[in-house]
Amino acid sequence: MMTLKVNGHDHQIDAEPETPLLYVLRDDLKLNAAKFGCGLGQCGACTVIVDGKAVLSCVTPLVLLEGKQVTTLEGLGTVSEPAPIQRAFMEEQAAQCGYCIAGMMMRAQALLQRNPKASDEQIRGELAPHLCRCGTHMRILRAVRRAARLMDTAKLLPAEQRSAL
Amino acid sequence: MTRSAIIGGIIAALAIGGVGAVFAVAWRPAIAAIDPPAPQSFPPDLIKRGRELAAIGNCNDCHTVRGGRNFAGGLPVPTPFGTIYSSNITPDAETGIGRWSEAAFVRAMRSGVDREGRHLYPTFPYDHFTNVSDEDDRALYAYLMTRDAVHAAARENQLSFPLNQRVVVAGWKLLFLHRGTYQPDNTKSAEWNRGAYLVEGLAHCGACHTPRNALGAERASASFAGGDVDNWHAYALNAQSPSPVPWDAAALYAYLHRGWHPDHGTARGPMAEVVSNLSQVPPSDVRAIAIYMADVFGPPPPDRKREGEAVLAQAKSASPAAAQADPQGAAIYAAACATCHESGRPPPYGGINLGLSSAISGPDPRNLANIVLSGVRPVEGERSPIMPGFAGSMSDAQIVMLLNYLRSRFGRQPAWTHLEKTVEDARRTQTALLQTSAGARNASADPAQRDKP
Repeated sequence: MMTLKVNGHDHQIDAEPETPLLYVLRDDLKLNAAKFGCGLGQCGACTVIVDGKAVLSCVTPLVLLEGKQVTTLEGLGTVSEPAPIQRAFMEEQAAQCGYCIAGMMMRAQALLQRNPKASDEQIRGELAPHLCRCGTHMRILRAVRRAARLMDTAKLLPAEQRSAL
Repeated sequence: MTRSAIIGGIIAALAIGGVGAVFAVAWRPAIAAIDPPAPQSFPPDLIKRGRELAAIGNCNDCHTVRGGRNFAGGLPVPTPFGTIYSSNITPDAETGIGRWSEAAFVRAMRSGVDREGRHLYPTFPYDHFTNVSDEDDRALYAYLMTRDAVHAAARENQLSFPLNQRVVVAGWKLLFLHRGTYQPDNTKSAEWNRGAYLVEGLAHCGACHTPRNALGAERASASFAGGDVDNWHAYALNAQSPSPVPWDAAALYAYLHRGWHPDHGTARGPMAEVVSNLSQVPPSDVRAIAIYMADVFGPPPPDRKREGEAVLAQAKSASPAAAQADPQGAAIYAAACATCHESGRPPPYGGINLGLSSAISGPDPRNLANIVLSGVRPVEGERSPIMPGFAGSMSDAQIVMLLNYLRSRFGRQPAWTHLEKTVEDARRTQTALLQTSAGARNASADPAQRDKP
């Protein structure tokens, strides 16, 4: 039994220490945003944020997560109140089949938290490990740039106005 | 004349003599600048040959920086003496070698002096290039002078006094630069001699794989005993090789030409760029290199051969569960590593069985730490081996745990010491190479193999 912190809540998890985080998120916690793509850390669909860093949850065993903060897409915003990164992806219609998008958003979120003024080259370099088979790459890049602008303006507005946007 | 005047005179004479001697050793004349020759003035055959030779020499690796143009220089090369930046070897008249005549180029290759007569630092491996024939230098010149000219001024080297004085390099050359073109060994085959010429000359394999002395020169007595490059360990290529399965000419050829071998794994780190280049050169030259290097490794003694066979047999059978002495390391391995490395998918696209890994059986843990942290970057636009890096998901302590586990389960060697420091250093430094090096351009895996499982 271990305590896993996900999206700000503690969960008691009864699983072997080598269980990949992705299985616990999807099967035990019913958080289905992170996707199972390849299971080998090669496609990016399972990406979540751990202590501010984008991490491939399919090759991250529970034993590595003692005392760490896991954030999934569900932890960023809701349907009624989407986070800037989610709004930006919707406004740019960046998803086609959508399978890669949660992972893309999490990696982009980690990048923008670290570097709100990320250049195009940095965004491309950061998202390079993520595969998208539909080919919405240009929309995804636009969405990340839009998210950066949204986060920038969001900081200047008080909370009530922000939620009214 | 007083005694002090006599002493003064002697000192003055010695000083003048000394300055004269230094001048004689160090001074090199400038070679007259030329107008950049027109690309059409070089025969296409010569340019093509130059392209292959430049690939054997791995020139683009040091002379291209990530995000920069081909051969325009700017790559920071860390050395124990400071950081040296590679130069622009495109035919740009102001910042490249556009005004260099062929004679100036040959002099640089052979004795490490630039067109203006300044000594070049031996980061440029002219201690090897001195062995390159006139004919090959001419082809290399033709190739470089027909590349796109790029205006990119060299960055200032970060060296402290007195090493920032290029005259010091003249002294280094007196000690360590042995001029003279390659002399063939008539007791060996033509292929062996071809390989020796390339390995000791243009390919400059020893520049990384031979350890260096305190003055930064290769130790002749420890040829191919394993060296350092950019915070990676370059494995020993002689009888001290840590490879679990001994190398032979066939395996070397396959590895160098297509970038991987089922018993040895995939080239990565700085070697990835070397094999990426070697995939572009005539197979006969790669075979010659393999034949010469197999002789440098030497035939394995019978017990070493038996051990290699045992390791291979074990790797092919489903390996038994590890000793559970280290449950944390075992858990990390099971989720983060085994999914690929025990998947049964063969190299290069499946992970190699770690029992065959030199990174784990070798004396220096840096390569393993580097790989675990940064993974193996895919080659853009190509199918190529890939491994995710774990820098974001594992702390230093967790990586140490994993490395200890891998060493004890697969290494068959005594535990590494000071792993904490190695991992800490690797996290800080080795990513510099991955951030600055332009990286491999060709997936070196043989295209004919790519559709196989």
